[in-house]
Amino acid sequence: MGTDEIVERIKSRFPDDVLSVTEFRGQTGITIHKKNLLAIAGFLKNEADLNFDLLRDLCGADYLNKRAPRFEVVYQLYSIKNKHCIRLNVQVSQKDTHIKSVTSLWIGANWHERECFDLFGIVFDGHPDLRRILMPEDWEGHPLRKDYPVEGPAVEWKGYDEVLKKTEEYKQYQWYR
Amino acid sequence: MIGSNMIVETESEIVEVEEGIKVIPAANTIITSIDKLINLSRASSLWPLTFGLACCAIEMMATGASHYDLDRFGIIFRASPRQADCIIVSGTVTKKMAPVVRKVYDQMPEPKYVIAMGSCACTGNFYKSYSVVQGVDKILPVDVFIPGCPPRPEALMDGLIKLQEKIKKETHRWGRTR
Repeated sequence: MGTDEIVERIKSRFPDDVLSVTEFRGQTGITIHKKNLLAIAGFLKNEADLNFDLLRDLCGADYLNKRAPRFEVVYQLYSIKNKHCIRLNVQVSQKDTHIKSVTSLWIGANWHERECFDLFGIVFDGHPDLRRILMPEDWEGHPLRKDYPVEGPAVEWKGYDEVLKKTEEYKQYQWYR
Repeated sequence: MIGSNMIVETESEIVEVEEGIKVIPAANTIITSIDKLINLSRASSLWPLTFGLACCAIEMMATGASHYDLDRFGIIFRASPRQADCIIVSGTVTKKMAPVVRKVYDQMPEPKYVIAMGSCACTGNFYKSYSVVQGVDKILPVDVFIPGCPPRPEALMDGLIKLQEKIKKETHRWGRTR
């Protein structure tokens, strides 16, 4: 099935949810509204002729001062059986960073959603274990947001502060002082 | 230590083979300071901890393997900090990893040495970011810095030899007095 047909299938089934369709270098992306995400994702996975059984990647994007809904969650879908692929761009606003989790459809989305939550602060409702995956658990802030200071916030992470304190304290035991 | 062209005149003659090391051939005896002896043993059996953090660790492994062969310097990697004399911080130290690096260092028995291998361990390199320690000397007392991204095995060997030279210059690093 060609990508045009896939887009038509989605458009005819969910006419109100498709916001725009973009194509770049042979890759098609469909921007959709987040409220019907689970229904659209379930439709893409379970319809026999679509059968998108593989979630290749899930990531976040921050368009601060560039686009109106600030965040996007991007789903790269592939069908192993039908050998076709499509991209879903789901818009998330800064005010309401909640979005439905797709772990019920693709179990592999688990860690991807945790990473997206960790670095962008997008909350995936219905995720079985939404914790930080890369940063320490008591880290404050979401580092991949464009307004996050690159060299870190003014207040240092307290785990690192403890190490610096320990280093200072143990200097008396060093041979070379 | 005595060359074949050295002729010892009398049985009681003391020969200075090297600065601070004297030999009485007849008595089959070597006279030296305890500093020399201890420093020689420490410098020629330097056991680093197997502790890799990033791509520098690959270079460290290559240095330890047969082509460059660290064993010929008496350097044998140990898997436990309790058996190690020195830690080669090979790679980027993230803030999340910093408590672990410090803990591993604290578990090592004295005397202990630290080598910062690579630009990341020396200064943080281009990772001037929220998550990276800007040089491992912020959390550990570093003895030798090896620049390079990553340093070649020759550079690491040079750093280790520098450390050995440093160890050989130490005085009174034993017993209770400094």
